[in-house]
Amino acid sequence: MRFQLINIGGIFLKTVTTTVSGSAQTIETKSSLLKNARKSFKRHWQFYLLIIPPVLYFLIFKYIPMLNSVIAFKDYNVIEGIWGSPWAGFKHFELFFNNPQFWTLVKNTFYLSLYSLAVGFPIPIILALALNEIRNGIFKRTVQMVTYAPYFISTVVLVSMMFLLLGARDGIANQLLATLGIESINFFGAPSMFRDIYVWSDVWQYAGYSAIIYLATLSGIDPELYEAAKVDGASRFQKILYVDIPGLMPVAVIILILNVGNLMAIGFEKVYLMQNPLNLATSEIIATYVYKIGLLNANFSFATAVGLFNSFINLVLLILVNALAKRISNQSLW
Amino acid sequence: MGGIRSSTAIKESFGDKLFLTGVYTFLTIALVVVLYPLIYIVSSSLSDPAAVSSGKVWLWPVDFTLRGYEVVFKNPQIITGYTNSLIYTFFGTIISVTLTVLIAYPLSRKTFFGRGFLMFFIVFTMLFYGGLIPTYLVVQKLGMIDTRWAMLIPNAVAVWQVIIARTFFQASIPDELVEASEMDGCSDLRFLWSVVLPLAKPIIAVLVLMYAVFQWNAYFDALIYLKSVDLQPLQIVLRNIIILNTGSSGSMEASEMLRRQELADLMKYSLIVVASLPVLLIYPFVQRHFVKGMLIGSIKG
Repeated sequence: MRFQLINIGGIFLKTVTTTVSGSAQTIETKSSLLKNARKSFKRHWQFYLLIIPPVLYFLIFKYIPMLNSVIAFKDYNVIEGIWGSPWAGFKHFELFFNNPQFWTLVKNTFYLSLYSLAVGFPIPIILALALNEIRNGIFKRTVQMVTYAPYFISTVVLVSMMFLLLGARDGIANQLLATLGIESINFFGAPSMFRDIYVWSDVWQYAGYSAIIYLATLSGIDPELYEAAKVDGASRFQKILYVDIPGLMPVAVIILILNVGNLMAIGFEKVYLMQNPLNLATSEIIATYVYKIGLLNANFSFATAVGLFNSFINLVLLILVNALAKRISNQSLW
Repeated sequence: MGGIRSSTAIKESFGDKLFLTGVYTFLTIALVVVLYPLIYIVSSSLSDPAAVSSGKVWLWPVDFTLRGYEVVFKNPQIITGYTNSLIYTFFGTIISVTLTVLIAYPLSRKTFFGRGFLMFFIVFTMLFYGGLIPTYLVVQKLGMIDTRWAMLIPNAVAVWQVIIARTFFQASIPDELVEASEMDGCSDLRFLWSVVLPLAKPIIAVLVLMYAVFQWNAYFDALIYLKSVDLQPLQIVLRNIIILNTGSSGSMEASEMLRRQELADLMKYSLIVVASLPVLLIYPFVQRHFVKGMLIGSIKG
């Protein structure tokens, strides 16, 4: 169980890359490869028919958009279409880099993600470690079940709940502050509050869900290690420090890589819902900017350039962090 | 925690007890913090509007009433949204699960030539995103803008679910069974239909639940692809009423001018409960399946 779990997401990527490079590498086996292919086509022709709809789905909705992003280098207009529109080179990228909003957008996106990561990464681990200490079945199950529940709530409902609970006039939070004699806070109107609300509501919603994978890993740790720790007279805290945490490391590193790789891809949905003219100074991120410029102002080429810049940074981050993790801890996605 | 650590070195059992107390305290706080907002919302939705707006509701309903729910179910916008969400969830789930099984099962068979390439073809879409506008242009070209198709097709397949399903097929359909069926001259299609699918009921259940919850909760596709009011799913209606604070007055009785604002506020609590109800009702029953699904996905393929 433990070995299987350690390979989250990672191993399949590994198998994929090796098979691809393996098939390209050797010329000698080419003839046998062809033979295999022919045999497979004959034997599994029904499979090749079955996969047509899903393959078409990926081609149309994932790969054609990648090709379409060529409009980032063009002056797209509806009449001439994607391929007919005139080339513009890097004009839109230059426009974006010279835009007075450029650094604000990058900074807002980056700070929000980094804050999310700094809080959202360790808390599920702590939660799992704490739950793992409990032997009382009912209490443990209750905590698990309750903390996992918010995962199923939609983003719209979550933000709606925050609007009601943190409302400026009659939200319960401000009523509580009032009874304590503290001045009320306009949670959604203050740019300084935006990131806190965003990040901590994320923790509220996802900590229980994210803890599951760590809990499963903990339950797979070799019992002999605990026996040995006991013999050595380790306290509960030392056991966590020297057995539990090292046991979690491989999974944690993979999850960290995935998170850092998605640093700039922070969700549009929640930010957009929480945005209002008052908190725009901190809440305008690249994703929401792309939406507004692209779909609301119909500036397709410029918005695509901005989006492409974001995707590119993400890919570079993922590759960098993966390489770094490989060097430091021998864990990597591929 | 540093203090605890140093004390454990000296007096083991006392330190451990203290530590365990700390653990229980932490988990109890976590429990309360997660649970309280949920209870508060439900209690408020069942309370008298005046009690809610004057801050008398803290934990349990005050002056129990179902008026908030009456208003919700009388609002034509909400009824339309609810119906639409049910339609999208039902058909979207069927489409998604079918497409996922169609690709996941061939991918699980070792003798299927091209599976390595196909897997890479799918996983790559996780690493690089074509972008909002380029995707929008595709959907536009297909004539799906402002039609129900836009809610069902453009995000039909999730890569993660394909991986989960493939892993399950690989682990639970023994090679011997496949070989035996081939000896008997059973075609791939027939084998999939009459052997694999009955065996795969647990994973189908996981896929159905995950896709259904995803569809029910989705709002982004509706935001960018839909314009007509009649097509909007419940999440968009919810956003309009609570977050943008518009369009809530539609069915409000004019005779209650004074209490209207309070009632409109109360209705927001009821609306939140109603919108989350389908998902939260099935939650206790499906929780285990979800955990299982998540862990299957993480097992080596």
